[in-house]
Amino acid sequence: MPSFPGVGYEEEIRKIQESLEALREREPSDAAWKTVQLARHKDRPQALDYIKHTFPDFLELHGDRLRGDDPAIVGGMATMDGGTVMVIGHQKGHDLRERQQRNFGMPRPEGYRKVQRLARLAERFSMPVVTLVDTPGAFPGVDAEEGGQAGAIATSLRVFAELTVPTIAVVIGEGGSGGALALALCDRVFMLENAIYSVITPEGCAAILWRDSAEASQAADALCLTAIDLIRLGIVDSVIPEPRKGAHKSHRATAKVVARQIEAALRELQSIHPLQRVAERRQKYLQMGSFTTV
Amino acid sequence: MTKYVTVHITPKEPSEAPPSAPASGEVCKACGKDLPRATLVAALHVCPHCDHHHPVTGPERVAQLVDEGSWESIGDQLRPADPLEFFDTRSYVERLAEAQSETGMSEAFLGGLCRISGRPVALGVMDFRFLGGSMGSVVGERFVRLVAAAAGASVPLVVVVSSGGARMQEGILSLMQMAKTVVALDSLTAVRMPFVSVLTHPTTGGVLASFATLADVVVAEPGALLCFAGPRVIEQTTREKLPEGFGRSEANFANGQLDLVIHRRDLKERLDRVLSLLEGGVRCSVEPARQDQEVVPRGGNPLTQAFARVKKFALVPWRRLRGRDTEDPREP
Ligand SMILES: [Zn+2]
Repeated sequence: MPSFPGVGYEEEIRKIQESLEALREREPSDAAWKTVQLARHKDRPQALDYIKHTFPDFLELHGDRLRGDDPAIVGGMATMDGGTVMVIGHQKGHDLRERQQRNFGMPRPEGYRKVQRLARLAERFSMPVVTLVDTPGAFPGVDAEEGGQAGAIATSLRVFAELTVPTIAVVIGEGGSGGALALALCDRVFMLENAIYSVITPEGCAAILWRDSAEASQAADALCLTAIDLIRLGIVDSVIPEPRKGAHKSHRATAKVVARQIEAALRELQSIHPLQRVAERRQKYLQMGSFTTV
Repeated sequence: MTKYVTVHITPKEPSEAPPSAPASGEVCKACGKDLPRATLVAALHVCPHCDHHHPVTGPERVAQLVDEGSWESIGDQLRPADPLEFFDTRSYVERLAEAQSETGMSEAFLGGLCRISGRPVALGVMDFRFLGGSMGSVVGERFVRLVAAAAGASVPLVVVVSSGGARMQEGILSLMQMAKTVVALDSLTAVRMPFVSVLTHPTTGGVLASFATLADVVVAEPGALLCFAGPRVIEQTTREKLPEGFGRSEANFANGQLDLVIHRRDLKERLDRVLSLLEGGVRCSVEPARQDQEVVPRGGNPLTQAFARVKKFALVPWRRLRGRDTEDPREP
């Protein structure tokens, strides 16, 4: 049983690799699916890349103080604009070894509990919290379930709902379902131009509704998961432009634009009274949804 | 060369853990013994032979728990919309219409103010028959309005949960209902009213990972499948062999995820006891402690008094010292 990330996945990885190569050969049938592929691009900047370019004095903190230290989540303190901020993100890993070690950016309960601990630490010392969201989803595994995955995500949501410090989320790659939202209940939510944010993976959605995961590109289109869609639906506040052909073309340039956006949002949020900020964050989420009345 | 590897998470299928259809026939689906419909209904849909808890529809659950004539529904006028104009092999509108005509319900969540054994309660009930009890915008909004009603009337909140998770056809708006329902629960904290969730078969995905597990007391019916990712997804992703009874109430209880596992015939009485004890705490306590209250311990020595002063100083928020925020409400 692979209770350690990366152990026992060889067969799985080989299969995925094959199906991925097959996928690559097929021309993407539409824009949404192209965006999905860009969002998952192997060279796309990840949390630690942004941290490297934006927060040179980043000090990583570890552990949930209960059970372990989840490598799928990185978090720590850094200086921005003259003050300390808490930076927390999913880390998928670039090469195969790092991906296995980081469990492909899929957190276990201890990952979410580390997030909560760092968020509370930030609250105690009035540090704004900046999150970098990039995960296929929370890890679906027996150990994760037994450790209370659902409760860990729910508690993260509650912690972020209650924080009185400014909170900013940037969806930098894949915003995968509840596993992503657990870091993204924030005052401001930004999305990179080629990032995606969805309730379910296009493959998963296709498998259920089309009964064929090969219909993923259709599902991607139907799910409205691109940054522009999310602006239209009122879920994110703005789209951060990427270099031509995508963020992977220049980590430095992308990180610079992201940093500028975060700084601007921090200044704006810090000018608002903390309780006002909390009230507006609550109101924002309470208004989300679409329904009619008879 | 670096290789790109991603793990495709195959989805939680609502069909993954369908409650065995109501044993409308004459045999129990779990043990195969004779089970006339009238016997089943009289036994609250629990098989008298094997104790299997058969599914209960929303209206039946209300009838089982609520004092007759006391139900006053909340959010009943809300109807689902189709914000994404979602179309897979069929349109969302068509799927909704079908679910509505098959269940006789307008959505997967029923909410109302009522009395349970004479006690005023805000009760929410989810119905798995309606698109797998999935949480779309209406489910979220009805939940929020029910919480508001509970807080407004100062009555406890009880929600009987059953859900396959998110409503895919509402996309990201469905995901945001997780945030919405969690945010709403703050108002119950503010008036110190308890929230008890009753998890029934099956409760998975986004509902379990939001309001359902944040209740003050979390109870479940026996044998219910309660997990974030479904068994099939876990098997497909990790190739793990699932342990016997994986994700069931009993396993969750053993892992510390539940307060109580309660047989359906005892549910009403045990709920009453839980609520009575929770409310008793509020009734007999003094004013809740507030952060800005000045508290100086009686007696003590110079050292402990110094600590009290330091503590008071510590309440001046750092952000003021840093000039991050111009003022703080705790500082007049
Ligand atoms: Zn039976």
